[in-house]
Amino acid sequence: MDLSIITYAVPFLLIGAKTTLLIALLGVGLGLPFGILVAIARTSKVVMIRRCADFYCAVFRGTPMLVQIFVIYYGLAQIGFIRHNAILWWLIGDSLHAAVLAVILNTGAYTAEIFRTALLSLSRGLIEAGEACGMSPWVIFQRIKFPLALRQALPSYSTEVAVIVKESSLASTITVLEITGHAKRLMSETFAIMEIFVITAVFYLVINVVCLTALNVIERRLSFEPRSAR
Amino acid sequence: MFYDIWVLMVEKGWTLALLRGAGVTILIGVLGVVIGLAAAIPLAILRWRRLPVLSQLVDAYSIVIRGVPGLLVIYLLFFGSVDWVQKVASAFGYADSAENAYPFIVGIIAIAAISCAYSVEVIRGALQAVPLGLLEAARSLSLTPRLTFFRVTLPLALRLALGGINNVWQMTIKDTSLVSVVGMQELMRTAAIAAGITRSPLLFYCLAAAMFFGMTAVSQILFNRAEKYFNRGFSRG
Repeated sequence: MDLSIITYAVPFLLIGAKTTLLIALLGVGLGLPFGILVAIARTSKVVMIRRCADFYCAVFRGTPMLVQIFVIYYGLAQIGFIRHNAILWWLIGDSLHAAVLAVILNTGAYTAEIFRTALLSLSRGLIEAGEACGMSPWVIFQRIKFPLALRQALPSYSTEVAVIVKESSLASTITVLEITGHAKRLMSETFAIMEIFVITAVFYLVINVVCLTALNVIERRLSFEPRSAR
Repeated sequence: MFYDIWVLMVEKGWTLALLRGAGVTILIGVLGVVIGLAAAIPLAILRWRRLPVLSQLVDAYSIVIRGVPGLLVIYLLFFGSVDWVQKVASAFGYADSAENAYPFIVGIIAIAAISCAYSVEVIRGALQAVPLGLLEAARSLSLTPRLTFFRVTLPLALRLALGGINNVWQMTIKDTSLVSVVGMQELMRTAAIAAGITRSPLLFYCLAAAMFFGMTAVSQILFNRAEKYFNRGFSRG
């Protein structure tokens, strides 16, 4: 392997890594609360809300992310109303914003699925106990349902975070230069296909390992075992 | 507006083009999953048996492919193979046909390579989940190891793997859209071409989305049926 290629490619990929991390962080930071909201909507007692949330999840889980990103970036830009509305245009007019929006909407659907199964798996007894103590629905959610569901959902959510990092690569198809975008450019520029692939793969693996370790730490802090000695 | 859509879809023939694209997508997806599975079963057995060096190699392959975006794998295979495919093809005098068939073949290889990495994990997990008691029972009947594997382990493991294989298939059919970025004429590419020519990206990308949705929905229904069929005789839960 040629060493000069590493010194040439790494600075570009580092710039790309910043964009990838930005998209992934926004995807987790905004996608997680959004996904939890959708999960609550999917377990709601109001039929209309439940149907809408179910529909949203089915659509975003049943279509490729590439299609979603194209519909958002190229498709929605066709609608005059969106083009003339300053806020909406800010959301999808810029390729980076459109990519972030697509990642949030995509991960929201998967996150909702994870949290819905977690919410459904809670034992009835605990919730009934909360009701018997006279807790309001909000307090029950906040003190009983959410903490338990979170602990239940975290292992699956950590895989979802790895998926977010990977899906952020699709931003390169709408001209956002993140890691994969830079890698493609470097491949066609230097013809050192294998070398560039290996370097880029190392970047992604490092990001994934860091994310998974961080989530593992959170998971361990939230689980009962270490403190049971008290 | 409806008249415009009618002209576009029927008189200009875009419906047919999209349907043909969808056919190619399904073909790539099916071939990708089947080849991926065929390659994954021996690889999973290597890992299950924990053969020294080989099992680590399989592990490394599956970790790299699963940790890296599919797009990057596709770039690697396409850009990495252009050169020598041209050389091999022109050496045998098939330069023209190679140029036409090339994206299709490499596309299938790329999709198979990705789905194989996920299938290995699924099948290894299933092999490990086969109850030891059954294998001991087979040994006590003095079945040969080969017979045990083909008559006991593999059929049971494949039943356990069905759910995972469904996930891999759903993922693969969606991943086929990635091959469009290197010029394969499948559903996504056809939609992009149509969007470019007719200048109505919203319509065509939404149609592509609807078609993908149809594929995943139908295959989900089929898998649910298959699961019910293969689980007959087993108590639920």
